[in-house]
Amino acid sequence: MKGHALSLRRLTKRYGDFTAVDDVTLEVEQGQFLTLLGPSGSGKTTILMAVAGFVEPTDGHVLLDGRDITPLPPEKRDFGMVFQGYALFPHMSVAENVAFPLRVRGQSRADRDAKVRAALDLVQLSAFAERLPKQLSGGQQQRVALARALVFDPNLLLLDEPLSALDKKLRAELQEELKALHRRIGRTFVNVTHDQEEALSLSDRIAILNHGKLVQFGGPGELYERPRTRFVADFLGKSNFLHGIARGPDAAGMLLETPGQGIHVRFAGPVHMPRDGGRALLSLRPEKISVLNPGETAENVVEGTVRAFAYLGAGFSLVVETAHLGEIRAVLPAWQSPVAPAEGLPVRLGWAADAAVPVEEDAP
Amino acid sequence: MNASGRASLGWWLLLLPAVALVLFFYVAPIAQVLTISFSEPEPGLGNYERLLTSEGIQRVIFTTLRICLLTTFFALLLGYAIAYAITLASPRARNWWILAVLVPLWISVLVRAFAWVTLLRRQGLVNNTLMQAGVISEPLPLVWNEFGILVGMVHYMVPFAVLPMLASMREIDPRLLAAARGLGASRGQVFRQVFLPLSMPGVVAAGVLVFIFSLGFYITPAILGGGRTLMVAEWIALQILDLIRWGLGTMMATMLVVAIMATLLVFSRVVDLRRMFGSGGS
Repeated sequence: MKGHALSLRRLTKRYGDFTAVDDVTLEVEQGQFLTLLGPSGSGKTTILMAVAGFVEPTDGHVLLDGRDITPLPPEKRDFGMVFQGYALFPHMSVAENVAFPLRVRGQSRADRDAKVRAALDLVQLSAFAERLPKQLSGGQQQRVALARALVFDPNLLLLDEPLSALDKKLRAELQEELKALHRRIGRTFVNVTHDQEEALSLSDRIAILNHGKLVQFGGPGELYERPRTRFVADFLGKSNFLHGIARGPDAAGMLLETPGQGIHVRFAGPVHMPRDGGRALLSLRPEKISVLNPGETAENVVEGTVRAFAYLGAGFSLVVETAHLGEIRAVLPAWQSPVAPAEGLPVRLGWAADAAVPVEEDAP
Repeated sequence: MNASGRASLGWWLLLLPAVALVLFFYVAPIAQVLTISFSEPEPGLGNYERLLTSEGIQRVIFTTLRICLLTTFFALLLGYAIAYAITLASPRARNWWILAVLVPLWISVLVRAFAWVTLLRRQGLVNNTLMQAGVISEPLPLVWNEFGILVGMVHYMVPFAVLPMLASMREIDPRLLAAARGLGASRGQVFRQVFLPLSMPGVVAAGVLVFIFSLGFYITPAILGGGRTLMVAEWIALQILDLIRWGLGTMMATMLVVAIMATLLVFSRVVDLRRMFGSGGS
């Protein structure tokens, strides 16, 4: 068996009165790529450090393949870790850095050399074995850190904002490499980031955290299409929020009654169902809204005027002022836009009934 | 002379008072010392010949080197432990530690030497306590010998050992230590394979500093050695003040300066001295 399963059971960490991690329970199956996603101060790094063994939980357990590893010190857990800023040893060459986990495990020189070569091949850095870390670029240092974390066949690979120090283009490149690496070696990865794009593109499972609490846990598509709360909808991608009163909710859908008009909602999957006659909140992704041609219609149609627009190359981003729903943001591909957007231009926006999803307001 | 030449002359003129000061107070006396060492009691290399022939002089030099090396060794050992503790301490505790290291520096070296005499002499606190406890029956010879000198000098030198090592330890990124543990190293391995090598520049700096300081030590060995163990500085004072042998005294003083220069020269090849003593560079 290559990957290992990780579970957190009611993990809690308090620092005095401050609760950094609040009762977090989640499961990662073997070989999966889990991302802990949240804004700064959401507790994601504390969770990673508790998994690594650097932070002792106030309460709860960390389990590896069902075995409780909470009391183990970090060096006994056999987890590979890529630290923020890489933490390469400046006094050791690239090869010595990669050999370090093997050396402290008392492996013989011959074993070490073969494994170090294999690990450096894996990240395509064999030519740089004798360099010092400071003679490498940021992206290369990041790869050395990866090789060092993987060389000893770790139970888990932990990544603490591994790409945050790199510029945008390099980050995209390394994202792809990291994903390919994960597929190739089939280990369980746990990644921490505040970058939602990184989380969506890399992960099998995403845990969204806010104020130390696990807000939602699931696959990237599930989280993006069916956010449970306003925070998730807002943090993972962009979203419009429509307020109103829920009318006649059932398994198939509901109507959102707003001052000017009703919004038809069809549920595409299991969602948080608002109470009939109670206040409800809809999340509507900007890219699911289209600008309608004259005579064209949609399940939901709203009229408004363009208040601001931005040309994004691949498309347009519009802010449309509506009579009753406030400002609505729409993103549409340039080729699909029936009109050249201009400020003050009257437009009709339309979207399908299954485009909007009811979400909960977040607990204060 | 063109304009830029005049401007640069102006700059040189501004330096003149400082140069004059240095020439008058430092260079001239040292040159005079050098001259005397070659001219008294008669012109020639007679004084320097004594380095090779006089057993007494050789003994003083070897005693000095031995004491200085031992002092350096123990000061580094103690200093390293203290600097390590300070590095790991909480910020609040760290300030108290640093204060505790610095306070002895503000107390006169004379006072400290006599304090050690009080503690270490035959009826001193240490011997009395040990005898009352029944550990020893005769007072131990703790002072007026090399041991006493060593105690006094190590005590004096520890702060000078701590400060450069502390500076170098605080430059070590704590994440490296966490990373090492995360990669499977025990606490001992983290120390030996990561912390110790990364703190070596500080150890070398502290070693050079302490060794050079120790070479010219005068008051502490004079008081705690009780005149029986002679180090170079005290020997020079003896030659010049008591025996009026200016030639020999200045010869030894010259050798002291040469030894210090040589030490610095050797280590400047190994490490960046300017950085070591904290001026500029990063």
